[in-house]
Amino acid sequence: MKPRLKWLGAGAFVALMAVAPLFLNAYQVDVLNSIGLYALLGLSLNLILGEAGLFNMGHAAFYAMGAYTAAILNTRYQIPILWTLPLSGAVAGAFALAVARPVVHLRGDYLLIVTIGVGEIVRIALVNDVFGITGGANGIFGIARPRVFGYVIRRPDQFFYLIWGFVALTIFLFLRLRKSRFGRALNYLREDEVAAEGSGIDTAYYKLAAFGLGAAWAGMAGTLFAAKMTIISPESFSFWESVVLFMIVILGGAGSIAGVLLAAFLVVGLPELFRELSGARMLVFGLVMMVMMVVRPQGLLPARGHRFSWAGPQKGVER
Amino acid sequence: MEEFFQQLTNGLAVGGIYALIALGYTMVYGVLKLINFAHGDLFTYGAYLGLTLLTSLALTDRLGFAAGVLVLALMVMGLVAVLGAILERAAYRPLRQSPRLSAVVSALGASIFLQNTLMLIYGARFQVYPDNILPAATLNVFGLYLPLMRVLIVLASVLMMVALYLFIQKTKIGTAIRAAAIDQDAARLMGIDVNRVIMLVFLVGPALGGIAGLMVGLYYGQINFTMGWVYGMKAFTAAILGGIGNIPGAMVGGLLLGVVEALGAAYISIAWKDAIAFCVLILILIVRPTGLLGERVADKV
Repeated sequence: MKPRLKWLGAGAFVALMAVAPLFLNAYQVDVLNSIGLYALLGLSLNLILGEAGLFNMGHAAFYAMGAYTAAILNTRYQIPILWTLPLSGAVAGAFALAVARPVVHLRGDYLLIVTIGVGEIVRIALVNDVFGITGGANGIFGIARPRVFGYVIRRPDQFFYLIWGFVALTIFLFLRLRKSRFGRALNYLREDEVAAEGSGIDTAYYKLAAFGLGAAWAGMAGTLFAAKMTIISPESFSFWESVVLFMIVILGGAGSIAGVLLAAFLVVGLPELFRELSGARMLVFGLVMMVMMVVRPQGLLPARGHRFSWAGPQKGVER
Repeated sequence: MEEFFQQLTNGLAVGGIYALIALGYTMVYGVLKLINFAHGDLFTYGAYLGLTLLTSLALTDRLGFAAGVLVLALMVMGLVAVLGAILERAAYRPLRQSPRLSAVVSALGASIFLQNTLMLIYGARFQVYPDNILPAATLNVFGLYLPLMRVLIVLASVLMMVALYLFIQKTKIGTAIRAAAIDQDAARLMGIDVNRVIMLVFLVGPALGGIAGLMVGLYYGQINFTMGWVYGMKAFTAAILGGIGNIPGAMVGGLLLGVVEALGAAYISIAWKDAIAFCVLILILIVRPTGLLGERVADKV
């Protein structure tokens, strides 16, 4: 795609999203809100799975950490829910660092298994009301509505701007991150760990950093989820949630931000369009995963490699 | 002491089931270096096929208990083995030359697909094995009362493990499997048809997994379409515990994990039962990733 066409497409998408709540009913806006949350989670997983190539299938655990941190702080200490954003991000990130530190050197599919295990342990801990603060299988209810400059955010269209505003901010930051030294280092170690190490990249550090940052972002998405639902329970953070997120990243194209957005629309939005077939949703997912790996393993909108413009030879320099 | 022995024998029965499933993981891993995520669901198919055949054919009424269950077990093994071979052709063979992630994602997709096919056929609710077919007898062993099914499961699983071990170690085909696991290219040069070895592994592994599913159905009496996931994860833990790719390791790992889990559930906390296996998994990967008897799994750079 030509760069100009790309910017045109992105601009049209932003304009369309900005006015979407004016034309859609509350239910449709609510679906868009779910898509926004999954897009956020997908983008945060993309940092770990897509950019750094670390197979993480326990992402729901970090999401849950953020949501529960926000819910506990809000219901017990009456801290306004949006103020808990940085703290829930920090808790999820710190948890991810602690968990990933001993296992991050494991070979791809073993890391996958360990992260599945971590996700399950967190879910079981939540169900068993660990430390007596998670509310057991019923979860936590009565989370206060968020307030922005004195306005209480309550209706789906108000949440729409909160969630998609956060998505826009995330996309901007992650695009910058991708082009930075940090992003390039992650890509390098994904492509060839030995070569990256040989070029002086501290692979363990960068892997951990990717884990921590991705998890922190998932934690903040969890806070928005808690604010939107006002009730959270362990079943929202099951293994299948992690599978769906994994799928969003793989389907869209690992490392591709546009791909993750597209996949979030497809994976979350399409089942809403075909509600009568909702029982077969996971069946189709499974089939798509199998077929995609044969037909188009790089994803729908694969990430392009880094490109650097070269201004040509400097004037006055003989070639 | 009484309770300890009850838990120990229960753990051995469950461990035998884990070991049978773990053998499928470990054999596939040994030859293809692939974690067959759909293996747990083949196990579930064993349980559901067993239920359907048991109720529709009334085998135990016609042939009596012992012969009926034996015929049933053979039928389940055959059918699940065929399913395993189809799975290999459809989901894994096209990806033989692809990067590892592709095969892993395809395996996950196959797992989700198989699981939801079962749900659409049988419904999401628990299915119950008819309890009037099975003798509820208990055996008196040195003053301990053990349910007959428990004893049968331990005996049957040990018998199958020994048979598999002899098959792998003593026969020519078993030698071919071991050769393909060590070095596929060298095996091919020695005139071994590696594709047939892989096909064979995908027949034997799922057959053992299927019979484990039938055992769970007969032992616990109720089955669910998602149970393959939990059993699969635990069996995989068992395979890692023993050292993945290592056949005796999977047997030892399975029995050990079953006993640890049963004792943990009895003496630590029943609510955390499922977490015990995952903790064992994480610990073993951190402390000794080669497993008790196995090869190295972590890359050292």
